[in-house]
Amino acid sequence: MAVIDNGVNVQALLDAREVLVDAPGAAQFTWRASSRWENGVHSTVRVHDFFGLGEEQTHKRESVFDADHPAVFAAQDNGITPIEYLLVGLTSCLTAGVAAVAQNRGIQIRSIEATVEGDHDIRGILGADSDVRNGFNDIRVNFKIDADASPQEIEALVAQSQKRSAVFDALTNPTEVSVSVA
Amino acid sequence: MLERGEVANAWRSERWDSMTLLTPNWLSRLPGLSYDGADPDGYMTSAQVAELITRFAAVARAPLRTGTEVRSLRRSGAGYRLATAAGEIEADAVVIASGACNLPAVPALAAQLPAAVTQLTAHGYRNPDQLRDGGVLVVGASATGVQIAAELQRSGRRVTLAVGEHVRMPRSYRGRDVLWWMEASGVWDQRHDELDDIARARSLPSPQLIGTPERATLDLNALSDLGVELVGRLASVRDGCALFSGGLRNVFALADLKLERLLDAFDEWALTGAAAQDFSAPERLAPTRPPSSPRLQLDLRSGEIRTVLWATGFRPDYGWLELPVLDAKGALRHDGGVVADSPGLYALGLPVLRRRKSTFIHGIEADAREVVGELVSRLGSAGRNGSRRGPSQSLPTPA
Repeated sequence: MAVIDNGVNVQALLDAREVLVDAPGAAQFTWRASSRWENGVHSTVRVHDFFGLGEEQTHKRESVFDADHPAVFAAQDNGITPIEYLLVGLTSCLTAGVAAVAQNRGIQIRSIEATVEGDHDIRGILGADSDVRNGFNDIRVNFKIDADASPQEIEALVAQSQKRSAVFDALTNPTEVSVSVA
Repeated sequence: MLERGEVANAWRSERWDSMTLLTPNWLSRLPGLSYDGADPDGYMTSAQVAELITRFAAVARAPLRTGTEVRSLRRSGAGYRLATAAGEIEADAVVIASGACNLPAVPALAAQLPAAVTQLTAHGYRNPDQLRDGGVLVVGASATGVQIAAELQRSGRRVTLAVGEHVRMPRSYRGRDVLWWMEASGVWDQRHDELDDIARARSLPSPQLIGTPERATLDLNALSDLGVELVGRLASVRDGCALFSGGLRNVFALADLKLERLLDAFDEWALTGAAAQDFSAPERLAPTRPPSSPRLQLDLRSGEIRTVLWATGFRPDYGWLELPVLDAKGALRHDGGVVADSPGLYALGLPVLRRRKSTFIHGIEADAREVVGELVSRLGSAGRNGSRRGPSQSLPTPA
């Protein structure tokens, strides 16, 4: 039998799950990003450290993201718009989930491609119509997956990936957000 | 055997009026008491279940003490001491058979609902007349939730149903009751120590079934046809607004896929010839239809919703256990009904105790034989050690 390898260390994740059942404190992570205004609607956001497993952690290296708005917003377009970062988060989270669930189910993946589209009525953010919400009205993700599995098994991978996705949950369920000024 | 009220107390006093068993009558059997009525394919009402258990009490001739509520259970030497409404009892071994559905499980966010909305649990629900006129938000889409949602919608109220993860089933499949397939194909015999995720199996919501003479399927498509509005899982209440999850399509997909796998397994089993009978052709249900744009919020102060009905499950009442045998979530820690943390303590009548069928009335027999077997051998070995203190006061019984 061929060894299934999607490059996901599922055993480590299963072991962690086992341990964290009795150590819920260690499961508490805090993710962080810090931003700095550059100019106009352009800012840079840095992500380096986070908290988890009871102590401070750092990524291998710092990542720096530019967020701006495109020319149609009369901006400089130094980077993608903030709302597009949500699409980046959603599609990368679901893709990781598909690979991990497939590994756990013994399904060899050859390729996963996804496109994600979010419909956005910008009258909300412009204050042009108070009945229009600021955020997405609808988000659609479409997967193209090549794997040693039946179409039904692939559907199940995608469904399970949504079920266990942090970003899918964060986008589909309300979250308390508090914003303060130092 | 101690019963807090009269025989089959919960079936007499803690069920809504129209409730029927999910299992057909022929399956609702107890050791030595098979169904002998005129309607083997029908579904018992609560009153009929109470009658069945009353008959069983006579057949089993268990030493029964009714009106004997147990107020506390604690260790006493090598055994146990029970404080009951009829005095103290000492026992070498105790079997907890008080059931899994004593109390309604209501989420904490219930406290944030506006006061103008009346709240009711499935435990307190009896019939539509109990509710004020006006819209109802039913939270939860297990058997309980879908049955009550359908009944309230038919009573002329506008019902909105908040749907999280659920278990979809057709009432009949290929000419037989779907639970006949569960039993015959061996799915229900799957043992607790063979299941991949026993915690998940034990916390599964009950399947979306209803026992009616028409053998109607009561899935979410049927509820949509009745006019029930489907929304996502109730995620939060903010400023008097109920906020629903936007993940409704995925809970539909998960349930549809799971049902397909179940029907595939039935078809495969039918092909093996083990069934030794003919069935009509395999069928597949239409996918669950998502509402075109499900509502994500509902203003509970607007008057649209007058009643919120919590069909969010039940939990056992272990308030009387003065023993360190519960986990952080309040569930009894046991392995197949054996409570290792408190030697001599056993449990019966809990979901997937030893098999998937443990959840159902007919599932008690095999579990009880095994658990009692372990209990008896423990008492026997205690006797050889010279520490036995007389016969056990507490005998196992189906809850």
